[in-house]
Amino acid sequence: MAKKKVGWFGDFGGQFAPETLMEALSALEAEYSKIRRDSTFRRELNYYLRSYAGRPTPLYYAKKLSDTVGGARIYLKREDLLHGGAHKINNALGQALLAKRMGKTRVIAETGAGQHGVATAMAAAVLGLHAEVYMGSEDMERQRLNVFRMRLLGATVHPVDAGSRTLKDAINEAMRDWIANVSNTHYLVGSVVGPHPYPTIVRDFQSVIGREIMAQFKKSVGGLPDYIVACVGGGSNAAGSFQAFVGEKKVKLVGVQAAGQGLASGKHAAPLLAGSVGVMHGMRTYLLQDDNGQIQLTHSVAAGLDYSAVGPEHSYFKQTGRVEYVGVTDEEAVKAFETLSRSEGIIPALESSHALAYAIKLAAALPHDTKIVVTLSGRGDKDVESVAKFRGSKL
Amino acid sequence: MSARIFGSNHPLIAYLMAGYPTLDRSLEAAEIVFKAGADALELGVPFSDPIADGPLIQKASTVALRQNVSLRLVLDMAGRLSGSGKPIYIMSYLNPILRMGYAEFAAQASRSGVSGVIIPDLPVELAAEWVRTAWANRLGTVFLATPATSTPRLKKIAQNSTGFVYLVSVYGVTGVRDELPGYTYEFIRRAKSVVNRPLALGFGVSNPRTVSQALKAGVDGVIVGSLLISKLMDQEPSWVEVLANLESTVHALKQATSTTVPTEEGK
Ligand SMILES: Cc1ncc(COP(=O)(O)O)c(C=O)c1O
Repeated sequence: MAKKKVGWFGDFGGQFAPETLMEALSALEAEYSKIRRDSTFRRELNYYLRSYAGRPTPLYYAKKLSDTVGGARIYLKREDLLHGGAHKINNALGQALLAKRMGKTRVIAETGAGQHGVATAMAAAVLGLHAEVYMGSEDMERQRLNVFRMRLLGATVHPVDAGSRTLKDAINEAMRDWIANVSNTHYLVGSVVGPHPYPTIVRDFQSVIGREIMAQFKKSVGGLPDYIVACVGGGSNAAGSFQAFVGEKKVKLVGVQAAGQGLASGKHAAPLLAGSVGVMHGMRTYLLQDDNGQIQLTHSVAAGLDYSAVGPEHSYFKQTGRVEYVGVTDEEAVKAFETLSRSEGIIPALESSHALAYAIKLAAALPHDTKIVVTLSGRGDKDVESVAKFRGSKL
Repeated sequence: MSARIFGSNHPLIAYLMAGYPTLDRSLEAAEIVFKAGADALELGVPFSDPIADGPLIQKASTVALRQNVSLRLVLDMAGRLSGSGKPIYIMSYLNPILRMGYAEFAAQASRSGVSGVIIPDLPVELAAEWVRTAWANRLGTVFLATPATSTPRLKKIAQNSTGFVYLVSVYGVTGVRDELPGYTYEFIRRAKSVVNRPLALGFGVSNPRTVSQALKAGVDGVIVGSLLISKLMDQEPSWVEVLANLESTVHALKQATSTTVPTEEGK
């Protein structure tokens, strides 16, 4: 495959976009490389991250959980405490400011769990942009609290009925909107996916997570953690958590994908574990596809992980072996959701519960002086109904 | 083969989705479309995630996929139509082609008598290997240009396109449109002034009036897709009536391409 260096992570990434978007992607790339070095932009973004979104977030030693597990020490990076309830606001604020710089008046977004939609709606409200959010109708049903929040925040939510009616289909529809409205609209992509430069932009805006982990860990614990564990849907909270540590070879990085009802069942959302390389949503990456190159439907109890592709940098990390990717089933994730709620009084998002479930398994087999940081990407209020349903009860 | 259709007349290129409503019926529809005067066929390959397509072609794609219509079956269908002597272009998103592999796909397409291939999510910058493989198999490559395409990109697109350059009429996905905005015609004139290849206009060309206007503005041919798909979606009449309807639609469009005289400006 022909490739330019810029926009590629090894053999992955690229810019496989419809022609209508190519100039817009170049313009975005150009503007982004400008603001990257612009101190005014950084000051403005930092202001909103601190005063509006609530950064820095704490790094919390989950002593009670760790004692219950009886092994390694588990620390939680509390992205769940951010305004909106998830890490998504880090990126939404960054891109909304970028959109304003480019003179765009309208932002569109896709959302799975609804957290990125909520974050986009918030950023748009505070920065005076018009927001429209595409969401699969299946996700609207299982994350309806977030649909209501988005509407309260002034965003329009468009249901998407195509395909599996989840995240992949919402991205398709957002791309179609962008093709039609590219002159006044910025597509505020919610994860490290899509054509270049999105995977880089979103990772950079999320990399504040890893930088804070590093500084906080050095200060309050000393040295570096042994493991960083994060869930991988599109892969933004993981990419943001890992970025500062990629060069620290002693720190083991673990990405947790949704194994759904088990990889063998075929009902999962784990392209990095059971997929193959292909092109969709503008990027060359691992996908769940059939022998004819059609994209397959996915399943996960966590709407934010229910996606048949993954950010290209994760495909690269898989290939180079820098990050280990593992799977956690629905059942294991829900159990971790309940465990953290009881042991620490923290209700985690079902997405984050995947990372937590793996960390608990890992910790149990490791000595007490081993330190594991788990990125708690979001809070679980949105998921109480799904969990009740999963457990066969009603709210 | 493809250049010939642009030589002496303004070709009407008909788009149909292979496998819609069924594989057999899409073959019948293609034969009718040729009979009604279409000069070439653009055969759509169904894909699960057609981001450049509007609701009509999305729906046709879904129906075809439910019947497991694969790229291989589409190439077989192209092979069966090649006896018509009219050029057949394959329009496919990139992933099904990658899954088969460029080399195997190009060889099979060439063997099936396909004239050229259009890949809406393969930009010209990333197409070097594809273009090389296609040309080595005597297969044409057609790239899309849109009103958003800068003039330098237009030139690059033209250099990599054989046969013709596919002009996308609007900012938007495929669909039926009553008329095209003013900027479409400006775009046609701009493309005409820098591209030294035949130009075919598609996406939303849906009636004889638009066909005439586009030809007057300087395109060499037109591509009509969603309108024909919408005719095939008509549930009320029998299949025989659906085909008759399709035939008269294509006939009227062909009428418009053969009677329009380009203005001096357009020439
Ligand atoms: C709380 C939370 N965590 C994780 C994700 C998954 O996204 P990513 O892999 O980009 O971090 C989502 C997506 O909706 C989310 O809401």
